[in-house]
Amino acid sequence: MFKYFPHTKADIEKMLKSLNISSIDELFNELPESVIYNSDYDIPSFMSEAELRSYFDQLNNQNKELTLFSGLGAYDHYQPAIIDAITSRQEFMTSYTPYQPEISQGTLQYIFEYQSMIQTLTGMDVSNASMYDGSTSTAEACFMAASISRKRSKLLISTTLNPNTIKVIETYLKFKGLEWDYVDSKNGVTDLKDMKSKLDKDIAGVVVQNPNFFGHIENYDGFSETLKENKSLFIMNADISTLGVLKTPFEQGADIACGECQSLGMPVAYGGPFLGYLATNKSYVRKMPGRICGYTHDLEGKRAFVLTLQAREQHIRRSKANSNICSNQSLMALFVTIYLSTMGKHGLKKVNELSYQGSHYLYDRLLKTGKFKDPFNQPFLKEFVLETTISHDLIQEALLENNIFGGYSLQSFGDEYENLVNFAVTEKRTKAEIDRLVEILEGLS
Amino acid sequence: MIQYDKLIFELSREERVGYSLPKSRFNDYSFNDLNEQFLRNEEPYLPEVSELDVLRHFTNISNKNFGIENGFYPLGSCTMKYNPKINEEIASLRGFRRIHPLQPASTVQGALKVYYELQRILSEVSGLHEFTLNSYAGAHGELVGLMIIKKYHQSRQDFKRNKIIIPDSAHGTNPASVVVCGMKVIEISSNKRGRVDLQSLKEAVEGRDDIAGMMLTNPNTLGIFEDDICEITKVIHEAGGLMYYDGANLNALLGKVRPGDMGFDVMHINLHKTFSTPHGGGGPGSGPVGVTKELEPFLPNPRIKKLEDHYYIEENGDAIGRISSYYGNYLVSLRAYVYLLTLGKENIKLVGPYATLNANYIKNALKTAYQLPIDGNCMHEVVFNGLINKDTDIKTLDIAKRLLDYGMHAPTIYFPLLFPQAIMIEPTETESLQTIDAFINIMHKIAIEAKEDPDKLKDAPTKTPIRRTDEVFAAKEMIFSYKDYLTYTEEREQ
Repeated sequence: MFKYFPHTKADIEKMLKSLNISSIDELFNELPESVIYNSDYDIPSFMSEAELRSYFDQLNNQNKELTLFSGLGAYDHYQPAIIDAITSRQEFMTSYTPYQPEISQGTLQYIFEYQSMIQTLTGMDVSNASMYDGSTSTAEACFMAASISRKRSKLLISTTLNPNTIKVIETYLKFKGLEWDYVDSKNGVTDLKDMKSKLDKDIAGVVVQNPNFFGHIENYDGFSETLKENKSLFIMNADISTLGVLKTPFEQGADIACGECQSLGMPVAYGGPFLGYLATNKSYVRKMPGRICGYTHDLEGKRAFVLTLQAREQHIRRSKANSNICSNQSLMALFVTIYLSTMGKHGLKKVNELSYQGSHYLYDRLLKTGKFKDPFNQPFLKEFVLETTISHDLIQEALLENNIFGGYSLQSFGDEYENLVNFAVTEKRTKAEIDRLVEILEGLS
Repeated sequence: MIQYDKLIFELSREERVGYSLPKSRFNDYSFNDLNEQFLRNEEPYLPEVSELDVLRHFTNISNKNFGIENGFYPLGSCTMKYNPKINEEIASLRGFRRIHPLQPASTVQGALKVYYELQRILSEVSGLHEFTLNSYAGAHGELVGLMIIKKYHQSRQDFKRNKIIIPDSAHGTNPASVVVCGMKVIEISSNKRGRVDLQSLKEAVEGRDDIAGMMLTNPNTLGIFEDDICEITKVIHEAGGLMYYDGANLNALLGKVRPGDMGFDVMHINLHKTFSTPHGGGGPGSGPVGVTKELEPFLPNPRIKKLEDHYYIEENGDAIGRISSYYGNYLVSLRAYVYLLTLGKENIKLVGPYATLNANYIKNALKTAYQLPIDGNCMHEVVFNGLINKDTDIKTLDIAKRLLDYGMHAPTIYFPLLFPQAIMIEPTETESLQTIDAFINIMHKIAIEAKEDPDKLKDAPTKTPIRRTDEVFAAKEMIFSYKDYLTYTEEREQ
């Protein structure tokens, strides 16, 4: 017997008897013999729970938990203890997609609350129930723009986007048969002039990221007016956490807001699970991918929530659906909802303020060493990039020796980022940690 | 507290907090130094509540949900098996949760080993050469697999292949993924035995040079094995196409049949179905994609490789590209790896057989009351077409809702589309004979109620936190946020 299989010999016999057969193998009689796999799989033998614990303890110890001064899409923010306490409840964790609203109000209600929070943070009219991650939500936003524009087949992508996001967008567009071009940057921010020069009647939308790959807060004066005139959509990727204080995509005239939610209560977890959000204006809601939860009532008039506008989705529309997405990142939307409930508007603002203060303190101290300089001088919030003449390998090694991960070399993203290193500071970094980081870097040459 | 009906926003009281953050330490720096033009004009509307408020709120709404630990969850095609606790315990280890995805390989050897070893096990049990774990879900895996198929043809300078054959019984994600991948669907019909009609398939590919491949679920969505599978793969391969295996129903085959041995070239696996990771109310899932040796160079970046005892990260120029920010839903992969080591080679062999035994037992016990459209053995799930007795106006929906009153989750209903009153039941191998018997008894009781007391079904459910919902209202009013809700209630009051 095995703990996940409750089949006793007597039970099996009873079941076989009812089926008038003598062995389970007979149920597979109709299968062609050539496809039956008769040997044992060449995989490890089973482990007891104690053996599993000790095996994974070993693997766990082969991962180094470091003091994180790195960002670039995954940030070491504080996670309130109650997030794990609630999200691990089996009622949330083990349930299926809420297609049966009568016994899924827990899931449906938190999705509604999640959508409400994304709505207020982005300023847009409507959020969907989640996408896989920030990069795929941005790629889907591009599809949406092409679909809304009907005949336009080209996207403009700002080169100040995270290169990983750009790569994901490119993969999606390439296979779908859409085209793209890039908008150059000037001083580390998207260049309006370059964008204008590339706009034509085939541009369905323009994608920007704020704060961008370098951590810079971009100024979008003139963008939305220009794009409206050209009938192109303005797609804005923004780290949702920063929208607690920064100008919203709506206030900047964006048509679609998208991006990563990892900052809102999720561990960095080697890159996932995270959550991508997607929000837009109500006029485009029928072009939106993914699930949407709406308010309604039951037949006794009780408040209720249901998945709605499902005629956009693959299980109804099949090849005519807006997207192929089915499973999303629902439980991670619960992380976001609990995080934002706990933090509230003041907590979220304070997280941004503390991150701002810490990152600016580090920035100034690094410049004072004389070994770093800022080629851009743009405003930033919690992460920034600097140029340095110190070897990037040397920085990484010296910091790792002290159990710090920071000063990440952007060169791994492409030669165009030569000499640049990234630093991110969240509210979790103490003064002692920052001082120690500077002290180590000061000693290098 | 099943009657609890507050929204978190309605608990909000100004000044109340639920967080604890460090004191400001760098008072020389002020947020106000930032130019006002960069700041939002209006504060976001977020709740101000205490920690206990948050806990009670979510605990109370969680009680309106139905999880696998509440009771039987016979959702067809969803494989709602037990989600083991040890998976969760290990996925919560700090060494996995607190590593940054850009950390150098030397500092994450344990994490890379998990990725690599899971990938190896998936290859072995599926009979394919290599896997990526970067795809986030089943549908994402389908898209990635189709990209690989497209890229393969392009790499051979064969640019006209853009048609994918899909049976009419396929999951909706199949045709949707084809379109997202910039290709076109050719739908073929099923025969009377509920399987791919070999003749229609041959006719569909006859004389064509644009077939990129075929997507197939096996066992198919009727829960029956495509016994012509070897001929099907032959037809497609001879037409120059590749075979894609939709792994949604892989649970039936674990221990018995490997997709690679049936001639499939590309496949995805739903870790949240076959390998016991939680469905999370709709996600995060994980949809690893496996390919033959010939297609291996096209797997998406980044890749995890091993050299002697060292694991490293690689980017390949031939790859379809990048399809995720980092390494997919990493902690979900970790859970599946724990599950596979818990089973080991000894127990994994029993998954498919036990799941199949359970489904056939149900099929046999219910076919006297529910119409069985396709006779013969089923695999891990069984599809009925409503009640045998068609004299009542009881629909499948009513049966499903009545089951909720009896404390069980409803089966999948109205899918596959081939049968108008489809009821799709998948018990999985983690259910005992006693649970299954209880389900069978209730299903028979419902069949009797349908005749003798149909209102009980029409009114169902009555014992759930809410009754049937007004879906037309939701679609018409489009209230998607608390802001919309406030606007709606204000307008109504005026």
